Amino acid sequence: MNPTVSTTRLAWPVLGVVVVLAAIAPLLVSGFFLSVILTKALWLGIAAASLIFLAAYGGMVSLAQVGIYGIAGMTYANLVLADGGVAAAWDPYLALVVALVVATVVGLGFGWIAARSEGIYFLMITLAFSVLVFYFFSQVTGLSGFGGINSVDLPGIVGSPESDPVPRYFLTLVVAVLVFLGLAALSRTAFGLGLQGVRDEPARMHALGFNVLLHRTLAFGIAAFVAGVAGVLSVFYNGRITPGSINLAQTIDILIIAVIGGLYRLEGAWIGAFTYALIDNYSREWVPQVGNVLGPARFNTLIGVLFLIIVLASPGGIIGIWDRAKAKLGNADRNAGAGSGAGRRGADRQRPETPDQRTVPQER
Amino acid sequence: MSRPSIAAATSRSAKRMALIAVAAVVVVFLVLKAVEDLRQFATVTLSGLTLAALYFVVASGFTLIFGLMRVVNMAHGSLYLLGGYLALEVQSRWFREEKGLGISLSGNAGVEYGLLGWLVPLVVATLVIGFLGVAFQQVFLRRNQGQDLRQALITIALSVIIADQMLAAFGGVSQEIAVPSWWPTSITLPGEVRFGFFRGVVVIGAALLIGLALWLIIKRTRFGKIVRAGVDDRDMVSALGINVNLVFVGAFFLGAALAGFGGVLGGTMISLAPGHDAAFLLNSLIVVIIGGMGSLGGAAIGALALGLVDSYADVYLVFGGTDLTNYSVIVTFALLVGVLAVRPLGIFGRPA
Repeated sequence: MNPTVSTTRLAWPVLGVVVVLAAIAPLLVSGFFLSVILTKALWLGIAAASLIFLAAYGGMVSLAQVGIYGIAGMTYANLVLADGGVAAAWDPYLALVVALVVATVVGLGFGWIAARSEGIYFLMITLAFSVLVFYFFSQVTGLSGFGGINSVDLPGIVGSPESDPVPRYFLTLVVAVLVFLGLAALSRTAFGLGLQGVRDEPARMHALGFNVLLHRTLAFGIAAFVAGVAGVLSVFYNGRITPGSINLAQTIDILIIAVIGGLYRLEGAWIGAFTYALIDNYSREWVPQVGNVLGPARFNTLIGVLFLIIVLASPGGIIGIWDRAKAKLGNADRNAGAGSGAGRRGADRQRPETPDQRTVPQER
Repeated sequence: MSRPSIAAATSRSAKRMALIAVAAVVVVFLVLKAVEDLRQFATVTLSGLTLAALYFVVASGFTLIFGLMRVVNMAHGSLYLLGGYLALEVQSRWFREEKGLGISLSGNAGVEYGLLGWLVPLVVATLVIGFLGVAFQQVFLRRNQGQDLRQALITIALSVIIADQMLAAFGGVSQEIAVPSWWPTSITLPGEVRFGFFRGVVVIGAALLIGLALWLIIKRTRFGKIVRAGVDDRDMVSALGINVNLVFVGAFFLGAALAGFGGVLGGTMISLAPGHDAAFLLNSLIVVIIGGMGSLGGAAIGALALGLVDSYADVYLVFGGTDLTNYSVIVTFALLVGVLAVRPLGIFGRPA
């Protein structure tokens, strides 16, 4: 393992350009694209970012994120005025806060149990948690309505998405940027560095007096909060929430988004989500019908094959491909200038300026 | 992760006491219920045992693959469901002989199956799924040996593809595999307890036979000896000149075949429908998490616990006028959390 303390350096200019582009997007694209692609990609990205945060900085690949965002979404939908569920008709802002608190508390509880195990055990336990949440909501129809909670009351800041999707888009955008900056900043605090130490060398960190279990549990709680944000935003996006929208397939979809984007960098969450939303929407138009095997209705086969190819070919996802290409190019320039080939071997594997990528949690 | 300190040890024993107290309360509660209505209690227990038998068959394959290769086969549920569908396909293609006019209002009425009409699909499905598992292992997993997260992701991708293809090929309607027509539908046990013949005799019998066979294979054969050695130290086994890859093929065949076999049992006993793959993946996960991953005895204990808890929670969560059976998932969850809080690696789990 690489003992270098790792802090992800942000490419600030790139981030600036992306945010500016996103901010003027309502002028450039149709309302349909704005809602179905961009808004959806932003909130899916937040959910995936909570997974990537845990995987990249904590070395914990959690599949419980969809379960937790389901809890947040269901809590919110039950507390406000809605068709189905408890329909307690609270103020949406209050319900929002309570939903996030509930998601975080449940996340801390899950984390406290799951954080004792590592690696693949952690993956299995969190998967079991997530699927149990799904079964809970599909069985308890008092909380999830019969087939979901519909026409959920939304806070004023969202506006009325049917007539004008722009406010909802900007809300999602601002939250996504805040989540990204917040998680990136957190990774450079003492806690974030401790977490990365725990990821790489739990025994040494324990010997140094760090509370390993506490670090992992807190990280899980933070990720649960972020997942809860995504859950509430998903209700804003859909206007409804059903048990079917938090099932195993959705759990795997969030994992697929994270892996397609790149499991070891936060930016990957939104790149993966954007790719996913594009494929989800447009593949139905150009995928040819091949017997019963492939066709517009076989979106899951397509995304499954893409996922398989990414996992087999580039474990770093799209970001990994980008990084490798850039490292090769940058290295070629440097070699041409200095006339030395010393850096080439290392650069083939990973980009040299982000050592944290080499400490991928896949090897134990 | 960290060495157990004295403080951790005391907190662990406190947790153990709490767990024992909860278990005692549950046992007393069940005894009271049993005294109340013995016949119902017997039926519920039997039904829990049949569930446990089915869970054991499926989960033993999962735990076998994990124990030797550290591969978490997330496609295990998909292999289960695919096995069931294959058997259904074989049964309706090869053994469906319409009697009379061939017009039936209710599915299989008017169609009769002999013993072979059930056994042949069972054998075919089991073998095909076994070979499919070997193909997965050779094509996708072999090159990534040792990277357990990547292998899990690969099997997740495979399960997504298989689930979608099954939906395309077999539709979303719930279907059942027919039993031989001459088998009785139910048996009567002493005390006027009536119970399904297939569930009570075939499924439990099959689980006992499989458990015994696996135990004999693991304990008595050379293959089993290598598997046990491989679980403890894979590198040493291969250093001794044993072709570990061949043993992996065998273990993967056996593990996948058990999923297919379980699929045929489950498809006959319950039904086949989209979503059952997820359900049985979850069941297998819970069973091996409770019992300890890689342990056959753990799979048996875990399956018993899960089957009985499922069964009791579905019936006995009624207190006076309030019916809490909807919340039975919470009991399953509590079982999982309770075991993990005291033994993070499961009851029979050992550190890798």
